[in-house]
Amino acid sequence: MLKIHVDMEKCQHYGQCVFEAPAVFRLNGEDKLEYEATADDSERDNIQLAIEVCPMQAIKFAE
Amino acid sequence: MTDPVIIVGGSLGGLRTAESLRRSGYSGPIRVFGEEPHAPYNRPPLSKEVLAERVDHAAVAFPQGDTTADVEWILGTRVDHIDLGRNIVRDNRGEEHSYSGVVVATGLRSRHMDLPAMPTSGVHSVRSLDDAMALRAVLTPGTRIVIYGAGFIGCEVAATAKKLGVDVIVVGKGPVPLLRPLGVQLASDIQARHEAHGVKFFMNSKITRVIGGDRVESVLLDNGVEIWCNAFVEAIGSEPNVELLHGNDVDIEHGIRVDDNLRITRADGTPWPNAFAVGDVARFPIPRFSDRVRRVEHWNIPTEMSRKVGKVLSASLAGSAELEDEITKAFDPIPTFWSDQFELSLLAYGLIDEADRVELLEGRENDDCVYGYFCGDDLVGVCGVGMRSAVMAYRSRVGRKPASAS
Repeated sequence: MLKIHVDMEKCQHYGQCVFEAPAVFRLNGEDKLEYEATADDSERDNIQLAIEVCPMQAIKFAE
Repeated sequence: MTDPVIIVGGSLGGLRTAESLRRSGYSGPIRVFGEEPHAPYNRPPLSKEVLAERVDHAAVAFPQGDTTADVEWILGTRVDHIDLGRNIVRDNRGEEHSYSGVVVATGLRSRHMDLPAMPTSGVHSVRSLDDAMALRAVLTPGTRIVIYGAGFIGCEVAATAKKLGVDVIVVGKGPVPLLRPLGVQLASDIQARHEAHGVKFFMNSKITRVIGGDRVESVLLDNGVEIWCNAFVEAIGSEPNVELLHGNDVDIEHGIRVDDNLRITRADGTPWPNAFAVGDVARFPIPRFSDRVRRVEHWNIPTEMSRKVGKVLSASLAGSAELEDEITKAFDPIPTFWSDQFELSLLAYGLIDEADRVELLEGRENDDCVYGYFCGDDLVGVCGVGMRSAVMAYRSRVGRKPASAS
């Protein structure tokens, strides 16, 4: 199981992560980011790509 | 011993290329040359957080994972020349380094005015972390800055400086700021919002002199108006760092010409073996729009290009059969950019400068809305003010239809 952390102080809700890992990240009805705090190992590459494309560099794997 | 893959450029494109090579299975040596003394860091905050807060390199440095822990970083070192025929790069100390593959990720440098005399201090640009830290030292309440250039960097610096209590004047050559990247409707809205916050604009103007000896005292416009200031910021665009390829059979006019696999091409269009360019410095086609070859200075492009180069180069070095399969897939990204200025938050997809007309797609002008940029009937770009989900829904639709399909 993977643990994901988004620094919501940094996050500006650009939604770039949504296209890389749609099973983990989404924008809600108010255009704010929501995400799954845990994900299956099969999502590792997608989440890594989401980490790379985040303009604010707000996403990381949590320990 | 195996020659390393050499990556020339220690910023976003260089780092992402190293990561992508590892992800694609290349396990040999990687050496990255970076001209700046800093490990790769994120540049968009340079016109915002780095000016507004006392943040240092650690706050903007890209996190680096285990996969690239064995990459050799040679920072504070410029590469002066690449010999594509001999597979050698020469650094600024005159040392030569052989490579098995080379990736040019040298990016851009700030363009400077061609004026005979400039004051020795008080003249700034915003390209590197050191630039931004030098500028923020003068952004104190009550000082006045003149910013020359009304593009994204100029406008973002204006908004950040104004919020810090600085008196801000923007001088731009066009009729409104951000005209070319956004079109006249949205550009006018942005100017009005800046003016409501107290930023002053002198548009349709050129600066003909920057006056001062030890320090900047004023700037002179082409209509004779003189504006006093404590500091001057040049934000008049940038130029690609292509000079290291002089003397090779390449096309480096306005950027390094690469093919649809991002391989550096000879003048006849054939690719050099195992030589690539990524990021702002590269000129490439984007098939979903047209076969026009262009540079794209958007933040997502180096990352997208690096993913492609990692796959092609690692397959090529391994002599893998996957190479043939990979090179049949043309690089075809969807450019995206964003900008934050005061309460305004823009998010865009596509190539807005391909458009010949603009339509309001959703929302209301001068409020949260989505503009569509069209070339004929084709949606070539979208830009939203707020309305994130609405803009994102258009992302996969931007591009040109082949002429035969219409």
